[in-house]
Amino acid sequence: MKFSKQLLSSSGAATAGSEPSYLTAKRGIGSWLVTVDHKRIGIMYLIAILTFFLVGGLLALALRMELITPAKDFVGADVYNQLFTLHGAIMVFLVIIPSIPASLGNFLIPLMLGVKDVAFPKLNLLSFYIYVLGASLFLYTLTAGGLDTGWTFYTPYSTTTTTSVISATFGAFILGFSSILTGVNFIVTMHKMRAPGMTWTRMPLFLWAAYATSVIQVLATPVLAITLLLLIIERVLGIGIFDPAIGGDPVLYQHFFWFYSHPAVYIMILPGFGVISEIITANSRKHIFGYKAVALSSVAIAVIGFLVWGHHMFVSGQSQFINVFFSFLTYAVAVPTAIKVFSWIATMYKGSISLTAPMWYALSFLFLFTIGGLTGLFLGAMSVDVHLHDTYFVVAHFHYVMMGGTIVAFIGGIHHWWPKMTGKMYNETIAKVACLLIFIGFNVTFFTQFLLGSQGMPRRYYTYIPQFQQLHFISTIGSQILGLGLFVTLFCLIQSLMSGKKAPKNPWGALSMEWETESPPIEHNFHGQPICKHGPYDYGVESKKG
Amino acid sequence: MSDIVSQGKILVQSSLSLLPDRMSTFAHYTDDLFLFILVLCVIFFVAIVGTMTWFIIKYRRRSDNESTPVIKGNHTLEIIWSVIPGLLFVVIFAWGFVGWAQLNVVPPDALNIRVTGAKWNWSFTYPDGITSGELVVPANKPVKLTMSSKDVIHSFYIPDFRIKRDVIPGRYTVIWFETFGPAEHYVLCTEYCGTSHSQMMAKVRVVPQQEYDEWIASGGGMGDNVPLAELGSLLFQQRGCVACHSLDGSKLVGPTLKGAFGREVELTDGTKVEADENYIRSSILNPGSQIVSGYPAVMPSFQGQLSDKQIDALIEYIKSLAQ
Repeated sequence: MKFSKQLLSSSGAATAGSEPSYLTAKRGIGSWLVTVDHKRIGIMYLIAILTFFLVGGLLALALRMELITPAKDFVGADVYNQLFTLHGAIMVFLVIIPSIPASLGNFLIPLMLGVKDVAFPKLNLLSFYIYVLGASLFLYTLTAGGLDTGWTFYTPYSTTTTTSVISATFGAFILGFSSILTGVNFIVTMHKMRAPGMTWTRMPLFLWAAYATSVIQVLATPVLAITLLLLIIERVLGIGIFDPAIGGDPVLYQHFFWFYSHPAVYIMILPGFGVISEIITANSRKHIFGYKAVALSSVAIAVIGFLVWGHHMFVSGQSQFINVFFSFLTYAVAVPTAIKVFSWIATMYKGSISLTAPMWYALSFLFLFTIGGLTGLFLGAMSVDVHLHDTYFVVAHFHYVMMGGTIVAFIGGIHHWWPKMTGKMYNETIAKVACLLIFIGFNVTFFTQFLLGSQGMPRRYYTYIPQFQQLHFISTIGSQILGLGLFVTLFCLIQSLMSGKKAPKNPWGALSMEWETESPPIEHNFHGQPICKHGPYDYGVESKKG
Repeated sequence: MSDIVSQGKILVQSSLSLLPDRMSTFAHYTDDLFLFILVLCVIFFVAIVGTMTWFIIKYRRRSDNESTPVIKGNHTLEIIWSVIPGLLFVVIFAWGFVGWAQLNVVPPDALNIRVTGAKWNWSFTYPDGITSGELVVPANKPVKLTMSSKDVIHSFYIPDFRIKRDVIPGRYTVIWFETFGPAEHYVLCTEYCGTSHSQMMAKVRVVPQQEYDEWIASGGGMGDNVPLAELGSLLFQQRGCVACHSLDGSKLVGPTLKGAFGREVELTDGTKVEADENYIRSSILNPGSQIVSGYPAVMPSFQGQLSDKQIDALIEYIKSLAQ
């Protein structure tokens, strides 16, 4: 057996078989609520995020149903406006931004580094409760008049509408602190807590992605906090900041908002990149192609990503001159993204590719994210963007990136580390059927929206001209297939919890350190201090000539 | 039967065409680049997904202890796949810039029309003071639009012309186009602005220069010899009143005007007034002062935008709806 086994058992200490797992070490709901164990906090985040994903998804299905014909089918225009606003706000602030870092990141970062916990375990618990508080304010918004501003809260609409803008923006403000604290925690953990032998270049790419994400979270989120605070001040005290009726500047709001929200796009997608790097290498049994290029491209994206916010504002009336720079830098940020995609494909070359359920998701990611990335080329070109801006083309583009990219990577990651997190295997066939349904449903829903957009169908429209009926109808049918696929996934995972087979330590034969401990891990992660003796991708056999 | 088939054909064709009609002088800058990027995308997509599929089939795991080679990278390959997309991106950027420049350099001889966006209608004011709810422009002549909003941000979009620009309260934004005719197009609002955002449309009517001159001379189709109620009906459509006030008794953002004249209405402060001439006049010029109970105070004031005669015409029209 050439696939070297001793690489898999490098944890220096002897195995103490009977130690209870983190799930059973302490019992009772109380032990979860006050836990400082990064694994339990990760699981609590996962449950909360998936719950909100369900809520946001049901809102999406409802609004797609309304769009099945141009007439009023189920709800009126005001309710529709609330549906798309809440769908967007919940998906962005409560689901996608925290998705991978807060759940998988919390669970995996100390395990991958070979340490007991994050640097500040209590701060970690605090950031979870801050998330809960922010989420509660969102739920309060639902009952207190709703929200109809779009998730972007553009002024002066948001300062003049009668819906509950203050509770929603305050919720997003608070969620920002959760994000910042998690970011600080991860940065310090990666700098200061590593197993002996865990050098920077032995870090799995998931960690590099988490690192770049954390840096953006810490640097960009305060800008959002300040912006939302200014919005609240304007609404409460009537001080003119953004509303021109009282002396403010509405375009200034857009600059502030996108100065955070564009880097936030990378907060959302970079962790997905990390997950894909892990799944593809483990399932191809290959070293990642161009480790440094993939790792440093995350950092490059994080840096350049701060300087492209104006491409959301080509038609806003901002300086024509500055638009030229924003367009150019937008293409500059596309290069490292392209490098990543090419490197993942090259990693599979001469591999031993195992088509597990997580690999199905990773391949879906490559397909969907490639479309998402390529269609960004249309939007970065100034003249073409004028036509496509605020149409369904943009809606399709960012769903291919955010859902086809991040969410598909997230679900793939959940499947990849599910055996580690729960100690249970799931039914591979059901998982693959679900993945296929999601893939088909997603494409039917959103590919049609590219056509709608290029033909000139604006977004956030309650009704539309009859010419667009056919494509809207197809898109709505697609959304139901997509929804079905996600419910099958839910069923698959619940079934695994109830009656899944016991998972081995390392079901995929992967080499990063989280696979060296038990499934599920013991409370302190490893029996004794593990030592990192090899890189995370040292698969295969070195050929003679070197 | 053949009717249904041909109708279906038209539907399919309109769903498959990638871009709307190309009806402005600079639209080809946008469309050519769009097609160039599309071709690149298809090539890259086929290359990426094709290679991926090929690898999956060729290198699929056949036994559990297959050995794999150690390949950590290849600098030549990595440089090639960074530089080639990089160069293509520069081409796209530059091409986009050229089209953008076209869009932003207004010819000096352009006809200047003032555009006002408000929840939820567009109005167009012509050089000689005529205001209309439809954009009537001469063919083959550059038209400059100087735009502002009365309330929140709107965005002025004519898909057939490939133009779009936000319309902002408290400042002017400018866009221009030159089109061919005669033809009709529509203006859409693409910045979300509330309840009737999706109905904030206006018609663009492109006519020969002579017809444009006649239309202006006739006061925008609202000359002296048009009966008052008919003029009111025209204004009611063109100024967007129709977006919020129904004519069939159904409740939209504002109260219906079916049978509204002479009816007693209850205001938000509990007082009751009769909807007579004076009430309607004050509701148009100062809408916030007497809001009918149960409706939001969102209607903009039309102070200074309607002449006395036009207000009379609207009142006459609303009267005619009473029966």
